[in-house]
Amino acid sequence: MESAADGTGQSRPSTGRPSWGLPFGRAHGRSALSPSSRLFPAPRRTQEDTQRTAFLLRKQWALYSVTPMYRFSEAHLRDYSRLLSAFFAAEKKKGLAVEIGGELDIKVSVTSLPDLKGSDRDQAAILVQLSSRSSASPKNSEEKVVWSGWFCCVAGDELSENLPEAFTCLPLFLVNGADSYTAIVGTWFQKTFDCCFRRLSLSPFNLSWMAAMWTGCKVDKPAPATELVFSVPHLPHPLHISYAINLEDAQALWDTIQKTPGEITQKEVDVFMDCLYSHFYRHFKIHLSATKLVKVSTAVATAHCDGIIKFRQSQYLTGVLMLLTELAICQIQ
Amino acid sequence: MQQSQSSKTPKRPLQLRDANQTDLSAWRKKGRTEPEKSVQDHQSPNDQKNDNEEDSLKQAFRYFEEVQDRVSLKNSILQEHLTTVESVALQRGLPPEGFNVLLNVALSGKFADTVNTRILKSLVPASVIPEDSVVSSVSWLCVGKCSGNVQLLFLKWLITVFDFIDQKEQLNALYGFFFSFLQDEKMCPFVCHLLYLLTRKENVKPFRVRRLLDLQAKMGTQSYLQALLSVYKLFCPELVTITLPRKMKAYFRDPEGPWKAAINTVRQRNQGNTQVSRSLFLGTAQPQSQKRKWNTQISIPASSTNKNNLEEDREKECVDLYSTNESFPVEQLQTFSQLVQNIHCLEFPSQMGSVLTNPLLLHYMNCFRDESVDLRLYYWMNQTLQQECTWCVADNSQYEEEFKNFLETLYETECFLQEGFSSCEEFLYKSLPLWDGFCCRSQILRFVSWIPLRSSSEIKSHLYGPLAQLFFTSSVYFKCSVIESLKELLQNWLNCQVTHLDSESDSEGHSSNTTLSGLVNMVAELINFVGRISTVALRLESSHTLLLHFILDFYETVCDMYLRYDLPLLIMPPPGVFYAALLSMDSVNLNQLCYIMYRYRTNLVTAKENELSKKKILQFKFSNQTYQEYNKYLTAMVGCLWTSNAFQKDIHPQGISMDDELLRKTTVPDFKTSFNIVCHPALMTYAFFYLQQAFPDDTTVDFSLIKGKEWNRYLEYLYLQGLNGLKVFIESSVNRISQASHSKSENV
Repeated sequence: MESAADGTGQSRPSTGRPSWGLPFGRAHGRSALSPSSRLFPAPRRTQEDTQRTAFLLRKQWALYSVTPMYRFSEAHLRDYSRLLSAFFAAEKKKGLAVEIGGELDIKVSVTSLPDLKGSDRDQAAILVQLSSRSSASPKNSEEKVVWSGWFCCVAGDELSENLPEAFTCLPLFLVNGADSYTAIVGTWFQKTFDCCFRRLSLSPFNLSWMAAMWTGCKVDKPAPATELVFSVPHLPHPLHISYAINLEDAQALWDTIQKTPGEITQKEVDVFMDCLYSHFYRHFKIHLSATKLVKVSTAVATAHCDGIIKFRQSQYLTGVLMLLTELAICQIQ
Repeated sequence: MQQSQSSKTPKRPLQLRDANQTDLSAWRKKGRTEPEKSVQDHQSPNDQKNDNEEDSLKQAFRYFEEVQDRVSLKNSILQEHLTTVESVALQRGLPPEGFNVLLNVALSGKFADTVNTRILKSLVPASVIPEDSVVSSVSWLCVGKCSGNVQLLFLKWLITVFDFIDQKEQLNALYGFFFSFLQDEKMCPFVCHLLYLLTRKENVKPFRVRRLLDLQAKMGTQSYLQALLSVYKLFCPELVTITLPRKMKAYFRDPEGPWKAAINTVRQRNQGNTQVSRSLFLGTAQPQSQKRKWNTQISIPASSTNKNNLEEDREKECVDLYSTNESFPVEQLQTFSQLVQNIHCLEFPSQMGSVLTNPLLLHYMNCFRDESVDLRLYYWMNQTLQQECTWCVADNSQYEEEFKNFLETLYETECFLQEGFSSCEEFLYKSLPLWDGFCCRSQILRFVSWIPLRSSSEIKSHLYGPLAQLFFTSSVYFKCSVIESLKELLQNWLNCQVTHLDSESDSEGHSSNTTLSGLVNMVAELINFVGRISTVALRLESSHTLLLHFILDFYETVCDMYLRYDLPLLIMPPPGVFYAALLSMDSVNLNQLCYIMYRYRTNLVTAKENELSKKKILQFKFSNQTYQEYNKYLTAMVGCLWTSNAFQKDIHPQGISMDDELLRKTTVPDFKTSFNIVCHPALMTYAFFYLQQAFPDDTTVDFSLIKGKEWNRYLEYLYLQGLNGLKVFIESSVNRISQASHSKSENV
């Protein structure tokens, strides 16, 4: 395991001739993200903030990492929606000519979500929504959102600082809706901004970080129990073990472990998980450390190893996104 | 005759397509062309059932080809062949060569309509449909031998499979024929659809527009006519002045028929095998994959102009109306001269990855490279490599062939640019620890040869470690390949440093972090690494001749670094390599060693001279240790080849010097003379044949006869046998004696 400070952030001097310079002078082989400590997600309490992003809560989002977008400009979001809807129509009616700007069944909107960023250095999040009109009464009926996806970057300085101006850094992409729509939108972005999409799966290692980190977050309302789901490998039939812990108990345990306020270390995460494992072993004689953690469900958010997340608390939205941004950046480097 | 002709057809259009490409792009087509073959390759090793099916399908084709007269519908042979064709078509699709036969028979009216319909309905393509077969069937259509229903069915089929026709040039030449079918009221909608697919700008003529407008007046506003008119208007707005409705739900009804579902089934069935080839057939950038997600497949994007200019351009247009429209679209870039003429107004394609398959753009990139170009390429390659790696990602193993081709393309691009990609380097470092040493072996080892020179700290832990592990545990042939790619790596580094030195002398302010000493250290590290693994490998493989050859090949580069690459570094091979070569049973190895020692000598002598004359202020000089090492080896070699005292004179601590006492205990007679150019095991056969030649009457092989004048003649004989390494070594290093004896022999 390497430390987070390993070679990141410093750029190499060029060799005096054109060369395939390493983009950020980062260290090689950082396969798994493993900083020894992270900042604790701080809650946001502004009412305004939380209202405007409320629609992101309680939905399942599939995670993708996206490499920096070339020549993307926030000033042209309107044009992008126009072009994307034309692309949509063309994809739908393969082989038939399509007019740009014509009226279509599916409406595409590309807008900005300025509230979703960690600092001013972050690019504002971009929301893409597809809505359809019901065919019964095309003129007046409400438009129904059938698919949404958003790009965001919360505290992604590590990546954006070293990028040339022509690149836009929005490394995390979250999707809710049919795969066929995702494919079309993703393809258009790939073609237009020369970027690459890749599913972002969450390793058991990162899930245990989330379990510990989110357990420590204080929530106002009475919250459901923290639940961890483990899958037992090498069995003919899939076997899942669900491990639910009362929120108060989990928080009490966490409070005895955590030392520095506002900061979490790898060691603390390990101790937290080990405590849970040994408690489980005492009762059921099963070593959970030999199984694979596949799902973490807390009052703050729910995360699945396949790269699916559900936000539950709007005040911790940016906090969760910060961790996910970090994981996405790790995947594209 | 017919059969052989039609079986050739799939090859031709492919060549034609290649001809459209630039000549330079030919290199990338290797292994990707001949989709036909790959389809068959995948199909043939299937079980016997498939073989049987194939045989009966061939028989059916032959039957339909040869059938002369009208056959009764109840004929059992006909029924049997029909069933074969139908079942194969629905399961696997029909091969390209079948279409000519079946279309001919179905449209010639030889059979009853029920048969024709059944044949037409079973025309499901497995891969492509040759254009020729379609063209000939159009001629049947014009002759009017078949009924209206069959004609209609044929048109529907043509519309459905339009994208599977491999070429459309000749088909387009028949545009007028199709157009004339418009007058048939029943066929009109389908002909319109077909024309809609077929129309190009040059097909839009005033008389055709008039005809369409006449038809519209006669038949009322029909959506299919309007569709065709809208295409005409799109191409030539000046010819079609009528206003057409802006919005139209669907121009054409779906030409229903059994084919669509069947094509999808066949496609899904064949998907696994023909991933790569499909994209070639259909000429689309992204193969339609059902199984794989949209973002997980290797598809090198097609080069297309970056359309993402939007407002900036429009704003600029207001200021300067003419300058912005000048950029040359990359799609049109076909020849090198076009590149040269338009180099000032060319833009990189919208997806950088497409340069890989476009040598012209690679040339362009070599001239105009900036950070963003590198970054775009870096990200794309990096993600594709990580995502598609067949041994790092669990479910990818079925796509190995595809991945191999991708790696091949990357390597070829590296060779083209004479430079390694950092994404490939990172990929190597990440994937080597997981690699089985087998999958995509040659591609991965070739990547090693293009590791850039700048990565000094990482190479030790990320390359040498994992590579050594694989090296020691793999076959001798793998070891040879590793040594070879490390030799290429060394050569690439040395070449790179030579050009680097050149550019350095040009520009003064070079901000280089690869200083000469850094470079020397890296090269030294590589050579020492190869020395270490070679020593072990030679012991593991008991001095395998082939392996030794590859190792000595490596040292052939090493021994000449000072003179050929101006690098102030010479490293002698370790004793484990030197003695293995010196005592080798093979004259090729020994000869190579002699040549290497000769080059070491030349390099060292020049270095000494430079040092003494002090013409240059030498930043580095060879340590005395190098000279001493060389001298020890030289002594051993001379003792072993010339003075017959290999065991006495060798002063190398790991050498072969031995007490006479000990040697006597071996009870080998004449141990003293057992190593010289006559008795050395690698050269003894030469001595034997020399004796036969020189003393044909003497049947007792007496090696001691070779001495004095005979020794010199024998030496000449050896040189004539092509042992040039031995020659240059003896002439340079055994100078005094050979010169003296040589002049003596000349005097005689």
